[in-house]
Amino acid sequence: MAVLNEEQSMLRDAARTWTREKSPVTAFRKVRDSGAPLGYDPAAFAEMAEMGWTGVIIPEEYGGSDFGYLSLGLILEETGRTLTASPILASALAGASAIILGGTDAQKEAWLPKIASGETVATLAVDEGAHHRPNHVAVSATNKGAGYTLSGTKTFVLEGMAAGVFVVSARTSGDVDDKFGVSLFLVPADAKGVSRKALKLADSRGAAIVTFDNVELGADARLGAESQGYELLEQTLDRARAGLCAEMLGSAVQAFETTLDYLKTRVQFGQVIGAFQALQHRAAKMFTDLELARSCVEAALTAIDNNAPDTAELVSLAKAKMGDTLHLVSNEMVQMHGGIGMTDAHDAGLYLKRARATEATYGGQAYHRDRYARLQGY
Amino acid sequence: MADFGGEDTTAFRAEARDWLTANFPASLKGKGAMIYAEAATPQSADFKAWTKAMGEKGWGVATWPKAYGGGGLSKAEARVLQQEMNAIGAWSPIGGMGVMMFGPTLLEYGNEAQKQEHIPKIATAEIRWCQGFSEPGAGSDLASLQTKCEDKGDHWLVNGQKIWTSGAQWADWCFCLVRTDTTKKHEGISFLLIDMRTPGVETRPIRLISGNSPFCETFFTDVKVPKENLVGPLGGGWTIAKRLLQHERSGLAGGGGGGRGNLFTGPISDLAKAYVGVDSAGRIDDADMRSRITQHEIEARAFQLTALRSMSEAKSNSGPNTTTSIMKNAGTKVAQDRHELTLEILGNQGLGWDGEDFKAEELAAVRGWLGGKAFTIYGGSAEIQNNIISKRILDLPDPLSPTKA
Repeated sequence: MAVLNEEQSMLRDAARTWTREKSPVTAFRKVRDSGAPLGYDPAAFAEMAEMGWTGVIIPEEYGGSDFGYLSLGLILEETGRTLTASPILASALAGASAIILGGTDAQKEAWLPKIASGETVATLAVDEGAHHRPNHVAVSATNKGAGYTLSGTKTFVLEGMAAGVFVVSARTSGDVDDKFGVSLFLVPADAKGVSRKALKLADSRGAAIVTFDNVELGADARLGAESQGYELLEQTLDRARAGLCAEMLGSAVQAFETTLDYLKTRVQFGQVIGAFQALQHRAAKMFTDLELARSCVEAALTAIDNNAPDTAELVSLAKAKMGDTLHLVSNEMVQMHGGIGMTDAHDAGLYLKRARATEATYGGQAYHRDRYARLQGY
Repeated sequence: MADFGGEDTTAFRAEARDWLTANFPASLKGKGAMIYAEAATPQSADFKAWTKAMGEKGWGVATWPKAYGGGGLSKAEARVLQQEMNAIGAWSPIGGMGVMMFGPTLLEYGNEAQKQEHIPKIATAEIRWCQGFSEPGAGSDLASLQTKCEDKGDHWLVNGQKIWTSGAQWADWCFCLVRTDTTKKHEGISFLLIDMRTPGVETRPIRLISGNSPFCETFFTDVKVPKENLVGPLGGGWTIAKRLLQHERSGLAGGGGGGRGNLFTGPISDLAKAYVGVDSAGRIDDADMRSRITQHEIEARAFQLTALRSMSEAKSNSGPNTTTSIMKNAGTKVAQDRHELTLEILGNQGLGWDGEDFKAEELAAVRGWLGGKAFTIYGGSAEIQNNIISKRILDLPDPLSPTKA
């Protein structure tokens, strides 16, 4: 655990207490079983917003606390532990980051206070296919008068059904995979021509396919410079990825601790199964990987707070290492629990399904290993 | 890099820089790794002068007390010294087991006379120490050691055999675990210092798969040892040994980078570009190898970040933390993987054993790869480290006596 300041310690303690008392895994299970289309409990999200969790990275002048990304990471680690479903990741982290980094004063004024209060959910509408490829942008934004007309479809849009505003990557020039020619737009969900359809995913979280059918936008909807939005998109995604890694870390630590408890209580052959060395060494390996992964995740979040020049590579490092670690721990959670881990009544399956979803979100391990190598020049 | 803890080290930095400029011989710049690779290499006049200068200054053991020949520096000052040394390619000629393991342990457990006698000679590299722990029948199960130590009134009488005694053929003294009581396992072990010139001490180097002989078998036959050479209480050797092994393990995790004996410096990706080639985009021209190099680099970086995190946490909590327990396994795995990758990148050029058809770096790579297999065996094998994590950190039951859980 990184060395925390007083504000951060208080934030973490508050998050730990609230998630355990108000939002244990049973709360997520209830949301899932209710089949509620949003994929989260709006009342619980309102409580989180009330505690200021939706404004942690937002400047004070726009209604946030400006505590930074490591601080928001501490909250996400705790919500990850109990699989708490909420739009914090999509909105208070990813959506807010895009506007903080690229927004004009008017755009910040229009959206950040509402994101900070929890009134509006913002989210990135970036991916168009099965794999995260942010430079692959077929959605088009063609000039019309002083503004643009947006057309095309985005998929796997996190909290897409709850969103009040989308940060959409669209092509204003160049070929479909070119980095140059990508522009970002702020598109209100109630704009004419926007339609959405809920995706039913294995992890039961909210996501949608969003279609833009000749959506007319003013020039003031564009976030950042025309055709030069890719760098802004990468910076935004890196913040989203680092925060997601914190959530993944929390899920992995909890999955490991739950499994470790089971090793100490399940008796076979007249002894607890944790006495078997075959299981002990696998537990030691998981513990080792969790320590290594934590270092990477905290380094990535700290790099963002410090505006460090190696932020991008530290983020890809964290997403790759954290993804591998969560993958391992979630598989071992099922395996070490045996039959009970295969039942829907046990939490192991919930952690396993969430693990794969978070691994794939904003780029899987293969994507980030390759990106790390490219950033290092090989 | 910011100084930790707000201590003002500006004046010390200037002092260190001046002293290093005046004393570090330019001929030794960046040669640290090569000299340590061959412990028996004859020493140059510059090496001797540099050793003498560092020894007199006490900066080879920078944080040890001045009263015993150390540098008496604060941790912040020692870091500054290291930074200044790194900046000019300087390295400490004062090393080995005395510095890494035995010195810190004796400072903690030795009596005043023992510290006065032994510590200053470690600080000046006048005396070389070896470690008499493992025996043919006591490897991973070290506490089952049998080397017998009998109380003969005015002296101890030692009989037995040690193995894997690193550098015993060059060592002046040995810190040794001996059995003073055969009725108790751990409480029957004592910590004894033995002068290697004593009659009855014999060493035989063991030739390893790398062709080198860094280890010996050491035999003790009716060796008489003065009573004052016992460190700590009779039967208290195991406690001291465990402490010493902590020093050993933190040292053995190393940087998790090159690993000893690897003379290729710089990123391993550059080595791959040179030996394997690049594609039209300038990337390593073998996607599978590139992917595995990336995986390795990610593990290495994760290890380095963990070492940094562990340091800053230890500083803020002023005590050991759970992170240290994983460092030996994580670091040695990274180092071994690097040796394997290096060999694979070199292809057939990495399999030369001798001769002019191979560069010195290529020959060192194959020896380093073989020597590196020891990383996960010595200092407590990878399996023993996992046992320690399971028992001490994860609080899982002892597999040998599960009911005691």
